[in-house]
Amino acid sequence: MNSTPTVLTTNAIDQSEVFRVDVTGPRSAAAQGQKPITTARPTVAKQATGEVTHPVKIRTKNVDFFYGDNQVLFDVSLDIPEKSVTAFIGPSGCGKSTFLRMLNRMNDIIDGTRHTGDVLLEGSDVYDSSVDVVLLRKRVGMVFQKSTPFPKSIFDNIAYGPKVAGLRNKAKLNEIVETSLKRAALWDEVKDRLNSSAMALSGGQQQRLCIARTLATDPDVILMDEPASALDPASTARVEDLIFELKKNYTIVIVTHNMQQAARVSQRTAFFFQGVLVETGDTRALFTNPTEKQTEDYITGRFG
Amino acid sequence: MSDQQIEYAAILKRRHRISTCFEWVCRIATGSALLFLAVLLAGVIWQAWGWLDTQFLTGFDSRRPGKAGLLAGLWGTSWLIFFTAIFTVPMGVGAAVYLEEYATDNRFTRLIKLNLSNLAGVPSIVYGMLGVTAFVRMFGMISAADGWTLAVSLGIGTLEIPLPLGRCLLAGSFTLSLLILPVVIIASQEALRAVPPSIRHASYALGATEWQTIRHQVLPAAVPGIATGIILALSRAMGETAPLIVVGAMSYVAFAPGNLDTPMAAVQDPQRVLDAPFDVFTSITIQITNWIEQPKEEFQNLAAAGSLVLLILLVIFNATAIVIRNRAQKKISW
Ligand SMILES: Nc1ncnc2c1ncn2[C@@H]1O[C@H](COP(=O)(O)OP(=O)(O)OP(=O)(O)O)[C@@H](O)[C@H]1O
Ligand SMILES: [Mg+2]
Repeated sequence: MNSTPTVLTTNAIDQSEVFRVDVTGPRSAAAQGQKPITTARPTVAKQATGEVTHPVKIRTKNVDFFYGDNQVLFDVSLDIPEKSVTAFIGPSGCGKSTFLRMLNRMNDIIDGTRHTGDVLLEGSDVYDSSVDVVLLRKRVGMVFQKSTPFPKSIFDNIAYGPKVAGLRNKAKLNEIVETSLKRAALWDEVKDRLNSSAMALSGGQQQRLCIARTLATDPDVILMDEPASALDPASTARVEDLIFELKKNYTIVIVTHNMQQAARVSQRTAFFFQGVLVETGDTRALFTNPTEKQTEDYITGRFG
Repeated sequence: MSDQQIEYAAILKRRHRISTCFEWVCRIATGSALLFLAVLLAGVIWQAWGWLDTQFLTGFDSRRPGKAGLLAGLWGTSWLIFFTAIFTVPMGVGAAVYLEEYATDNRFTRLIKLNLSNLAGVPSIVYGMLGVTAFVRMFGMISAADGWTLAVSLGIGTLEIPLPLGRCLLAGSFTLSLLILPVVIIASQEALRAVPPSIRHASYALGATEWQTIRHQVLPAAVPGIATGIILALSRAMGETAPLIVVGAMSYVAFAPGNLDTPMAAVQDPQRVLDAPFDVFTSITIQITNWIEQPKEEFQNLAAAGSLVLLILLVIFNATAIVIRNRAQKKISW
């Protein structure tokens, strides 16, 4: 199994390394006291699923999910480590978004859905009846595949989360808006028109606005569903930079169709296929040396 | 050119001809509709000419056409619509919000939704019958003979509520509310449905509650549609005659409800405001109907003048709706 696709896998990794150097440049992993990204860490790759270097932030156990009678997730058990980036990859319709929405209970909104299994956030079940979803969603923020600015001013978009949580202090709100926009690398572009409509921003700016809006609620975990799918390379690079920056403080889960992106930004990768979690592991290990045939076929572009 | 292309060229001419033909059919349809409207309007104006004066707008009805005025109807209609709006808006919008935002899709809610559209098509006279039973007679729970009055003392006067309500203005407003509620609910539901679900999801994902999402995202976005629906429904209520006749509007009244015939009187004697809802009443439409039935020729002119006033009020009403809608829409664009 290892012999045939070597050329292609190596290819994928090559690109990722080129991008890694280009995009993240000076503040690469080495600068943060981690091992340089190019050095393989076979120990991690060899570790069984669930054993990771960071403490586990979210753990799912045997999750099945149904839209009506249609089962779209089958027995998904996955550990998501704290303060790192986990990427979900897999062909369209395999259930990545559905699984992501399980994590902050956004699926609750859809009528006629049900699930079995557990989702544990820091060890406690998020589907427990004692859990307040409103609080959960504040802790586990989400950026959607399609950017969805509210038809309000830029300021009001960012301030919405803190405001609904009960923050009224104008000075504090101003501060949150500024820091959130700065972190999302949007501040310089919009600082002179915070009161104009967010709908007038470009697609890429809107997406960064949505990221800033999520940051403003001060979550622990940020779920991103293809945050860069509608962006040009420059904006994509900025979002990736941003993710790289954010992972120091946040646990990030990102769904992406872009293999290079997954390789560039994530430490762990989970590959889904037809509702099944086929393989999960250290990103580099998974891309260089996938254990499953399906994973290999997918990342080498043979299907999907 | 190939044979096929020659054939296409030949057909192309016909396709254009049909297209032009259809454009003209539509033009004629629009034109004749406008023509009818113009003739109607011209007829009304011609008949009303010289009759629509201050005497007509400030005087009460009279047996003598020269002295008859619309004041009782103007006050009646204003009160009716005022109360109808007060009852309909919260109930209609509330029901629509419940059905669209809270209710899960089950057999019961589907039944309600289906019946709403049916109710919107029920003839207004049927609502009149319902109004008589439910409000005027209050299902006969208290017979009119030994009816009594519930007196509620307020700072500015006493609210005297007759039980059963009897043929009073409030019974008319309740009836009109029932009549337009289905329309308001359906229009509001449509406006709510037009708000993209992604906006709601984004709001929930930021930790907003259901009410906060509705209050800050969904309702503001739906206001233009809801306002339009409400105003159109109220215009319809304004033009209703049949249900009002059934609930006992007076065809000949020479005073305004509560004797409140100038706005100043409300300040001087607030008691009159409290009396108005429970007084007998007439409306512009009832007065017009009454005049049309009179044998004297001049009453026809009065009816035309009354119709003109109603038309002008409706135009003002709808213009307000458009202004409100445009204002709200400027703030929201997807
Ligand atoms: N609201 C819904 N109602 C019913 N079925 C749904 C709904 N959303 C998704 N599905 C189904 O669930 C399956 C998984 O969908 P999901 O959106 O999770 O896929 P995905 O991996 O995110 O795909 P993509 O990469 O195209 O975004 C699909 O077969 C889809 O048809
Ligand atoms: Mg998806």
